[in-house]
Amino acid sequence: MSNSTTPSKLQKILAAGHLGVTSECGPPRGSDPQAVIEKAELIKDYVDAVNITDNQTSVCRMCSLAACIRLKTLGVEPVLQMVTRDRNRIALQSDILGAASWDINNILCLSGDHQSFGDHAAGQNVHDLDSMQLIQTVRMMRDQGKFLGGDDIKRPPQMFVGAAANPFADPYEIRVARLAKKIAAGAEFIQTQCIYNLDKFEDWMKKVVDRGLHEKTYIMAGMTPMKSAGMARYMKNRVPGMDVPEDVVKRLADTPKDKQADEGIKICIEAIQRLKEVKGLSGFHIMAIEWEEKVPEIVKATGLYPRPQV
Amino acid sequence: MIVGQQKPLEEIWGMIKDYKKVLVFGCNTCVAVCHQGGNKEAEILASMLKMKASQEGIAIEITNSGIERQCEHEFFEQAETIIQKADAILSTACGIGVQFMAEKYPKPIYPGLNTTFLGAVEQLGVYTERCQACGQCILGQTAGICPIARCAKRVMNGPCGGSTKGKCEINKEVDCAWQLIVDRLALLGRMDDYEKLAPIKDWSSDRAGGPRKLVREDMLNE
Repeated sequence: MSNSTTPSKLQKILAAGHLGVTSECGPPRGSDPQAVIEKAELIKDYVDAVNITDNQTSVCRMCSLAACIRLKTLGVEPVLQMVTRDRNRIALQSDILGAASWDINNILCLSGDHQSFGDHAAGQNVHDLDSMQLIQTVRMMRDQGKFLGGDDIKRPPQMFVGAAANPFADPYEIRVARLAKKIAAGAEFIQTQCIYNLDKFEDWMKKVVDRGLHEKTYIMAGMTPMKSAGMARYMKNRVPGMDVPEDVVKRLADTPKDKQADEGIKICIEAIQRLKEVKGLSGFHIMAIEWEEKVPEIVKATGLYPRPQV
Repeated sequence: MIVGQQKPLEEIWGMIKDYKKVLVFGCNTCVAVCHQGGNKEAEILASMLKMKASQEGIAIEITNSGIERQCEHEFFEQAETIIQKADAILSTACGIGVQFMAEKYPKPIYPGLNTTFLGAVEQLGVYTERCQACGQCILGQTAGICPIARCAKRVMNGPCGGSTKGKCEINKEVDCAWQLIVDRLALLGRMDDYEKLAPIKDWSSDRAGGPRKLVREDMLNE
């Protein structure tokens, strides 16, 4: 593991050997902070930190940084998600410093969905850096106290640096190598893409463990409960890089419509129970998209509650 | 080569309809290869505009001509007379030709094409983008396949999480550049190269550094 010690509670929990639990919250498409406050209140006692997405699926929303500050003021530990799609290296570093000024201690470095998926498909993207280069940037700012340009930073950011991994994207043969590359860039924790194909995920984790990568980074398994058979089909067919096996779709489709949501939660709970036994896994990242009220139920049912105090 | 695509006739018509003498002026190199702006296409476009003028009942004298390259002074000599006679020119060159003509002649010059990209002729009728002229070639590190031009996110340490069955997340018709790179690294027995981190790119040689200029001092005195 990276031997950094930041003030991040998430890092302390993972370092102590507990299974970490994070969740996420998509900011509203407007300036009313109430939505963030309500979601945070629902989940704050059941997770160690809450990711705030950064204009996810390229749909314009309240900025991640402002929503993270809102969480912070509510006593909830935020994970600032940051995509390289919309900002160049000056803006990225500037926002990192802004976040650090509010003592935001976790960051998740991403490239971001392509803008053609969102509500501003005609927009320009930036991609001055890619996600691995953003990881390197935050590490340089934190560990060396330097900007990319080489100048010193007064009061460098103290951030626990994370990245995403998708064990299901292609080409599969480089999926483990890609994780190694993110670790080499400086990723200290990993949150994965939503897992439905447990066999394939376990295979990936086995290869990760064989390479000893689980000793160099904390891997948190991404979990998203399905609300309906329709959602499962949509994720299977329409969401790039998502692997939803047919038996998961069938299990939901064979359930009466009014019971599908409950069945989706059940599938998620069963998956977490099974994955808790997987060697090398450090925790769970529960992404209950616009269904945050279900997070406490999932966390309780899987024995991950109460959350450890560090 | 530079690939271009003819603008919609209505848009072209809107630009030239108020002039009396319009010259449709082709460029017979790059944009002729993709059958969009060469001298032959200029001739076809001129006749379409003549038909349009007659349908609209507007009297415009529309002629056509062309040269080999609108991005070099020496080719213009042969067309001087016809250029001088026109009171507006519709250039079917790429954006460079249009700008070069605008700099050269104090009269209205309009673009007949949308300049599209730097591409290759994959087959007759299929042209694909291969280079973004970023000014700092990294093909040596990426097995000869450019992620700057061919990856929708320009990721330099890819592939991103959206790569599915060798295709890009933006469109199932688009190859994932990083799948191509990985396949080629495997073919060359150089998979170890994949794990080398690509350094943060210096974009100052790209458009970020402002308009670029190449000066060959050794050729200036010739």
